Amino acid sequence: MGQISLSQVTKSFGDVNVIPPLDLEINEGEFVVFVGPSGCGKSTLLRLIAGLEDVTSGHIAIDGQDATDVPPAKRGLAMVFQSYALYPHMTVRKNIAFPLRMAKLDQAAQDKKVEEAARVLNLTDYLDRRPGQLSGGQRQRVAIGRAIVREPAAFLFDEPLSNLDAALRVNMRLEISELHKQLDTTMIYVTHDQVEAMTMADKIVVLRAGNIEQVGSPLELYRRPQNKFVAGFIGSPKMNFLTGATAAAYDAQTIGIRPEHLEVSRDSGDWKGVVGVSEHLGSDTFFHVPVPDSDDPLTVRASGEVDLKRGEEIFLTPIQEHLHRFDDQGLAIR
Amino acid sequence: MATKASRASARLMISPAVILLLGWMIIPLSMTLYFSFLRYNLLQPGPTPFVGWENYYWFFTDPSFSAAMINTLVLVGGVLTITTVGGICFALLLDRPMFGQGIIRIMVIAPFFVMPTVSGLVWKNMFMNPVNGIFGRIATSLGFQPVDFFGQIPMASIILIVSWMWLPFATLILLTALQSLDQEQLEAAEMDGANWRNRFWFIMLPHMARAITVVILIQTIFLLSIFAEILVTTNGGPGVATTNLTYLIYVSSLLQFDVGIGSAGGVVAIILANIVALFLMRMIGKNLDA
Ligand SMILES: Nc1ncnc2c1ncn2[C@@H]1O[C@H](COP(=O)(O)OP(=O)(O)OP(=O)(O)O)[C@@H](O)[C@H]1O
Ligand SMILES: [Mg+2]
Repeated sequence: MGQISLSQVTKSFGDVNVIPPLDLEINEGEFVVFVGPSGCGKSTLLRLIAGLEDVTSGHIAIDGQDATDVPPAKRGLAMVFQSYALYPHMTVRKNIAFPLRMAKLDQAAQDKKVEEAARVLNLTDYLDRRPGQLSGGQRQRVAIGRAIVREPAAFLFDEPLSNLDAALRVNMRLEISELHKQLDTTMIYVTHDQVEAMTMADKIVVLRAGNIEQVGSPLELYRRPQNKFVAGFIGSPKMNFLTGATAAAYDAQTIGIRPEHLEVSRDSGDWKGVVGVSEHLGSDTFFHVPVPDSDDPLTVRASGEVDLKRGEEIFLTPIQEHLHRFDDQGLAIR
Repeated sequence: MATKASRASARLMISPAVILLLGWMIIPLSMTLYFSFLRYNLLQPGPTPFVGWENYYWFFTDPSFSAAMINTLVLVGGVLTITTVGGICFALLLDRPMFGQGIIRIMVIAPFFVMPTVSGLVWKNMFMNPVNGIFGRIATSLGFQPVDFFGQIPMASIILIVSWMWLPFATLILLTALQSLDQEQLEAAEMDGANWRNRFWFIMLPHMARAITVVILIQTIFLLSIFAEILVTTNGGPGVATTNLTYLIYVSSLLQFDVGIGSAGGVVAIILANIVALFLMRMIGKNLDA
C-alpha cells in the first residue's frame, strides 16, 4: 500500500505550462519531501497526485493501478491542507469523524476510531470544541486526525506547518516524523523550508519551475548536489559560490563551498579577506567575509564563540574534499 | 473616540440625526395609537370622542379579519419558501464558472429594480391575462382552456409575482455567501469521500445558514406589508381571497373612511410583525451569534 508512480505527467493552466513532463517513483512507506522555491509547482504536483487537478497528459499509478482518471475520494489518499480546511461548524469530533461518516461506517466503529486518533494526537480534551476555539497547533492536529482515521494509502501534506510559530513548528515537525514511524505509511510533504526537508525526509525531491532537479536522500543532496541550484538550495546557511580566477584555479566555471567547510586562519590560507558582519548564535558564529570573485560575501561558520573582530584580516582555506565544482551549465563536475 | 471629550462631542454631533429618526418613528406611531382609541370617521364630521377598545373590537370581529390574517401568513410563508429554496438553487448555478457570467448575474438581479406597481401590472396584463397574456396564449395555442389566474388561483398568482420580485434579493445574498466559502474546505470534503449532495448538505448549507437567516428576516419584514402588488392586480379579491392585513387596513381607513378602525388595524399589524419577528429570531436567530 502506498506506492505511487508518475510517468510523463504534465500540467498546464491555459497556455502556462506549470509542470513539464515529469517522472517520479515514490516507494511504499517512504517520507518524500517536495522542496523548491515559491511558485515552482509543488502544490500543483501534490494536487495532481491527490486528484484535485486533472493531469494535462501522462499517467499516475497508485499501488500499480492506473489512477489517472480516478476521482480523489477513490484514490485512498488523505490530504492535510495549508489552511487546515477544517469544517468550522462541526465539533472536532465531527470533523475527525467526517470521512468515516461519508464511508457509512457504523456509529460505534466511528467513535472508536475517533477516540483512538484523538489519543494519538493529544486531542481528547478538545473533542467537543469547534475549530474556531482551538490554537493553530491544535487545528493542525485535528486536520491530521481527520486524515489518519481514513487509514489512507498515503498522506499528502501541503506546507502544513507554515502557519505556526517557530517553536511549535519544531515540535510538530517531530510529531509528524514520529507519526510516520508509527503508521509506516507513505507520506508526501510539500515545503519550501529546506530545514524541514532535511530533518524529515527519507527522500527529497528538489523542484525548479516544475522540473525535478534532483532526487535523493537528504545527505546525498547535501554531499553530492547535481547542480548549482540544488547546491544552493540545500544546506543552511547557503553554499558560497566563487567564479573567475579562483574557480579557474580548480578547472571550473563556478566552485561552491559550504560555510562549514572553510577553515579560518589569522596567518595563512588560500583566500584573503576582511571580516565584515558577524552573527553570534552561541553554538556557532557566522562571519561574512567579502572576497574577490564572489558577488556576495562568503559566509564562514566557526563553532563556538570565536573572537574575530570586524575589519580584521583573515585567511580562508576550503577543505578540498568538500569543494563542489560546476561547469558553465551549472552542472556538477565529478 | 478615545477621550471623554471626544465621546461627548461625538454624541452631541450625532444627536440631530438620532432625534430626527426617533421622531420620524415615534410621532406616527403614537398618533396611530392615539387614533386607534377614538371614534374618528371622515364621513361623520364633528367631535371624535374617546371610545376605549371599541375600534379593536370592531376590527377583530370584522368577518374579513381572520381571512386577512391567514392570507398574510400564507403570502409570507409561500414567498419565503419559494425565494429561499429558489435563491439557493440560483446561487449554486451562478457560482459555477460559465460563459457570460457578468451579464447573466445582472439579468438575474434585474427584477429587483422594477417597481412593485409596474411589475404587478406587467404580470397582470402581459402574462396572466387569460385572453391577451402570454400564458393564456400558450394554453390556447396548445388547445387548453386558459387559466384565469386572478379569478381561479388569486393567492398563488400573487405569491408568484412577489416571489419573482424577491428572488433576486435572496439569490444575491446567498451567492455572496457561497462565494466566501473556502474552496479548500470543499476540496477537503471531496477527498474525504463526500459526493456533491453531501458537500452541499454538510459544507455549503451550514456555511450559508447565516445568510439564509438574514434573507428570511429581512424578507419577512417587507413581506408582511405587501400592498402595491395586491392593489394593482386583485384589489384584495375575489371576495377577500387576497386581502392581507395591510390591505384590510387600507380598506377600513381609506375606503370606509374609518380612521379609528384603520389605526387599530395598524397597531395589530405592528404587534403581529413583532410576534413573527420574535418567533423567527427564536427559531433561526441562534445562527446569527454562532
Ligand atoms: N489555477 C491556476 N491557474 C493558473 N495558474 C496557476 C493555477 N494554480 C497555480 N498556477 C501557477 O502554477 C505555478 C505553480 O503554482 P503552485 O501553487 O504549484 O506553486 P508552489 O510551488 O506550491 O508555490 P508556494 O511555495 O508559493 O506554495 C505558479 O506559477 C502559479 O501561478
Ligand atoms: Mg503551494
